[in-house]
Amino acid sequence: MTSCIRDLLNNDEFMARHIGPDAAEQEKMLATIGRSSLSELIDKTVPQAIRQANLDLSAEPVSESDALIQLKAIAEKNKVARSFIGMGYHDTHVPSPILRNLLENPGWYTAYTPYQPEISQGRLEALLNFQQVVIDLTGMEISNASLLDEATAAAEAMTLMKRSNRKKSDLLFVASHCLPQTIDVIKTRAELLNIEVVVDDIANFSQYDVFGAIFQYPGIDGEVADLTDTIAAAHEQKALTSIAVDLLSLVLLKSPGDMGADIVFGSAQRFGVPMGFGGPHAAFLATKDAFKRSMPGRVIGVSKDVHGKPALRMAMQTREQHIRREKATSNICTAQALLAMMAGFYAVYHGPDGLKKIAGRVAALTDCFAKGLQAKGFTTNTSYFDTLVVTTGEQTDAILATAEAKLMNFYKASESQISISISETTTPADLIDLAACFDITLTLENITESDASQGFDASLLRQDDILTHPVFNSHHSETELMRYMHQLEVKDIALNQSMIPLGSCTMKLNAASEMIPVTWAEFGRIHPFAPNNQVGGYHALLQELIDMLSKATGYDTISLQPNSGAQGEYAGLLAIDKYHKSRGDHARNICLIPSSAHGTNPASAALAGMKVVIVKCDEDGNIDLVDLAEKAEKHADDLSCIMATYPSTHGVFEEHIREVCDIVHKFGGQVYIDGANLNALVGVAPPGAFGGDVSHLNLHKTFCIPHGGGGPGMGPIGVKSHLAPFLPGHTVTPVMGMAEQHGAVSAAPYGSASILVITWMYIKMMGDKGLRDATYNAILNANYVAKRLGDHYPVLYTGKNDTVAHECIIDIRPLKAESGISEEDIAKRLMDFGFHAPTMSFPVAGTLMIEPTESENLEELDRFCDAMIQIRHEITKVQSGDWTLEDNPLVNAPHTANSLLSTEWEHGYSRQEAAYPLSWIKARKYWPPVGRIDNVYGDRNLFCECPPIDGYED
Amino acid sequence: MSTIPENLKYADSHEWVLDNGDGTVTIGITDHAQDLLGDVVYVELPEVGAEVTAKEQFSLVESVKAASDIYAPVNGEITEVNEALDDAPELINESPFEGAWIAKVKLSDSADLDKLLDATGYADSIE
Repeated sequence: MTSCIRDLLNNDEFMARHIGPDAAEQEKMLATIGRSSLSELIDKTVPQAIRQANLDLSAEPVSESDALIQLKAIAEKNKVARSFIGMGYHDTHVPSPILRNLLENPGWYTAYTPYQPEISQGRLEALLNFQQVVIDLTGMEISNASLLDEATAAAEAMTLMKRSNRKKSDLLFVASHCLPQTIDVIKTRAELLNIEVVVDDIANFSQYDVFGAIFQYPGIDGEVADLTDTIAAAHEQKALTSIAVDLLSLVLLKSPGDMGADIVFGSAQRFGVPMGFGGPHAAFLATKDAFKRSMPGRVIGVSKDVHGKPALRMAMQTREQHIRREKATSNICTAQALLAMMAGFYAVYHGPDGLKKIAGRVAALTDCFAKGLQAKGFTTNTSYFDTLVVTTGEQTDAILATAEAKLMNFYKASESQISISISETTTPADLIDLAACFDITLTLENITESDASQGFDASLLRQDDILTHPVFNSHHSETELMRYMHQLEVKDIALNQSMIPLGSCTMKLNAASEMIPVTWAEFGRIHPFAPNNQVGGYHALLQELIDMLSKATGYDTISLQPNSGAQGEYAGLLAIDKYHKSRGDHARNICLIPSSAHGTNPASAALAGMKVVIVKCDEDGNIDLVDLAEKAEKHADDLSCIMATYPSTHGVFEEHIREVCDIVHKFGGQVYIDGANLNALVGVAPPGAFGGDVSHLNLHKTFCIPHGGGGPGMGPIGVKSHLAPFLPGHTVTPVMGMAEQHGAVSAAPYGSASILVITWMYIKMMGDKGLRDATYNAILNANYVAKRLGDHYPVLYTGKNDTVAHECIIDIRPLKAESGISEEDIAKRLMDFGFHAPTMSFPVAGTLMIEPTESENLEELDRFCDAMIQIRHEITKVQSGDWTLEDNPLVNAPHTANSLLSTEWEHGYSRQEAAYPLSWIKARKYWPPVGRIDNVYGDRNLFCECPPIDGYED
Repeated sequence: MSTIPENLKYADSHEWVLDNGDGTVTIGITDHAQDLLGDVVYVELPEVGAEVTAKEQFSLVESVKAASDIYAPVNGEITEVNEALDDAPELINESPFEGAWIAKVKLSDSADLDKLLDATGYADSIE
């Protein structure tokens, strides 16, 4: 025995759990691609000019159990208080079956955005339920399937009103009873779009001539007022109206739709989603039918499949950034699907009666407390649902101190006022403690025997039925809910079924140890505006993470506020813009974007008020340096920046990225490196070290936050020191380390803080060497797939030594010209093999982009390659005439069990060839729940609510 | 090969213009354009009475794979829009030159018509 105890400690265990291929498999794969070692492959793939010398590999990996222990020690520095702060965030009971079967279940959280609807019917139905909840409670006609947070939803409402209203006005009215973080984000977004914002008391609304107005219901002052007349006054002057709402209050209250509102938005957080120090939560935006074509975000709609059965899909995608680029309705891509589904299931589980009980209890406890306060001589708002703003005068600080000593958090509304919000979790015992802080004595009997009344005018009581669809009236026992959730889950392909080879999406492992801390109470039950002395754990976590991410990217500091990659882009462009202006450079508003860029780049630039100038790519797919130099020079006086993705969206390490950065810098521009492909750079070539001034990091790609079926995500930005003073701040809780608090881009100071633990765990358990090896293996896996598929499909772009980066594009166009079989047919046929399709037609139409990530082992890569090669053989049979172009397993894919079991089988291929094209499929068959979906029908006949139940019957 | 009627004028951004001979024109998109777009699912119609400016967007046609701005080929005022497209956007695919006209415009200057392409010129432009 030569080993010592150190070798048995297993601190580096996680690397081998996370990285798919072991040493023997790596050898085999290297032999296949004709490389002698991993380091030779990397030397031949990554340009020498950007390789980082003297890599600091000092951070050792930590074992899974030790990392959890270390994180628990950090977590314990947070204090879980009883939160009565309100302000858009309320404590809630996450129903245990939803916690366990959804939030903690990889069948849900590892799924991708449902671009391939046939294998996404489960989460599409869950999202449609969410839309139905929002439609019912707001009284509006159509809802989207979530937005990032309430404040950005407000900003989206503003731009929706602006583009939907022909009135020649650039003035927006925002009522001062809106949440301060909402007003802050509205102002940030308005500034660069040349929208003027006036914030004033709602009573003064009629003094302004505006294109739109934003009100809140109930207001931050707790008041519950009928907005019907105000909305009518707005319409009188041809202004549109948006109302910020609280979903739980709408269970009892007259809906804003009934009052004539044009747009209604808010957060669904208190429908069973933890506060999480600010997120993630699902916001929503609902509107009238007339504005549906212009609404931002994903919308789920009902269409039909090739067999005529109802089938769900994302509707109206052409409005979105990936197609409309700078003309898109918004730059948003990632939303909050997982949290929207949680909120939807919360409504499914409780049903209308359960929700009425919860809302009724909140209203009654609030009323009981209000009466106690009034009896003691305190004045409060005269109408209320759950929030009381108590005039406390000189007692204010004393009361706050008493409360804090008992770990009860109130909100100091002003020097002489305290705001208290009652939540679903508030009990009569809590009310007794609350009252005691005000020197009021309540007894359990006082409370429980009081009449259940509420503090708003009876005319505002909701009269119409809500949640009448059977889905909200059928699954109230845990057994039923568990089975309903399972039925939906197994309709979908997630990472627990097979690899998801989506190019540019980095569908790597989301390890259980990374996910476990997300639902710890010390992270979940923390209000984003909790006092600093209760959130020491979060502050420590955030600072450590800033240091870890700075090191991984080569940037000087990080802003953790942006909630998605798109929002990171926006925050980065904002920092660039502020930097130029701080130097007196007011003309710089040209954003250079290579033609190969993702559509989000131009959409973000448009949102930041910049003008997009496209830079050409050469025939190898690289940025055309001559064209770049010409355009940069032409715009020497007004060049703001370039947005370049690296490695390029073509999956290649461009040799000349340093020259690209130098050219832009020479003409006074800044370099934004889009971090979408960071998974090829960590530990090898940090973008901050080769010329980037700012990048966003998609934590939901490179750093293991799961995709959640379309969100959450996180898009922190790394910046060089000269841009650091221009990062987003926060108006309620100052962002740590920022001397000046600039306008926020998100509702919460650190975005979706609670999921940052995932990234912390990943980096901790991998260590520096593990992060580098992950990059190496991501590149190895991609090159292996490119090599195996290259004999059957042309690989579109490679670097100078014929290698690809961490993904590869195969070109289907020549094959389509010869055979008539399209990239879409291949994508759908893969479903019969149990695989999610690669990225289709991005960045080049008629191609498939494959990114295997480092987490897939050789066996899985071979299964995928075998499937693709078998499909190629099938195409050959179409080319040779064995099968007709009209009837073959490709154009008829995917095949449902129902179609295969029909008595009639009139196809030119067998049922076995349809369902089991390779022998191993039998043992692990995935059955697509619907046939190919008719996209045209769905968009011509938009229907975005839960369909009548009989539609699903045969 | 797409159809290009001889009696129409064309803009290189793929709109066709029919001179109604009474100071108004009818505008639609060409067969070539609808072919590029694929199955049309929605047409955003301008408002009657709105002023349009040549080469500026006045309508939008959405298919399942693209959304394309439609540019006014002439200057003038919208006098009529084809509301049939609200219910049947597929007319754009089925009969781009007849049933699927988008709007009628009262010309502010009939000389605008001289700036447009004829059928041969348009055919050359899309080759």
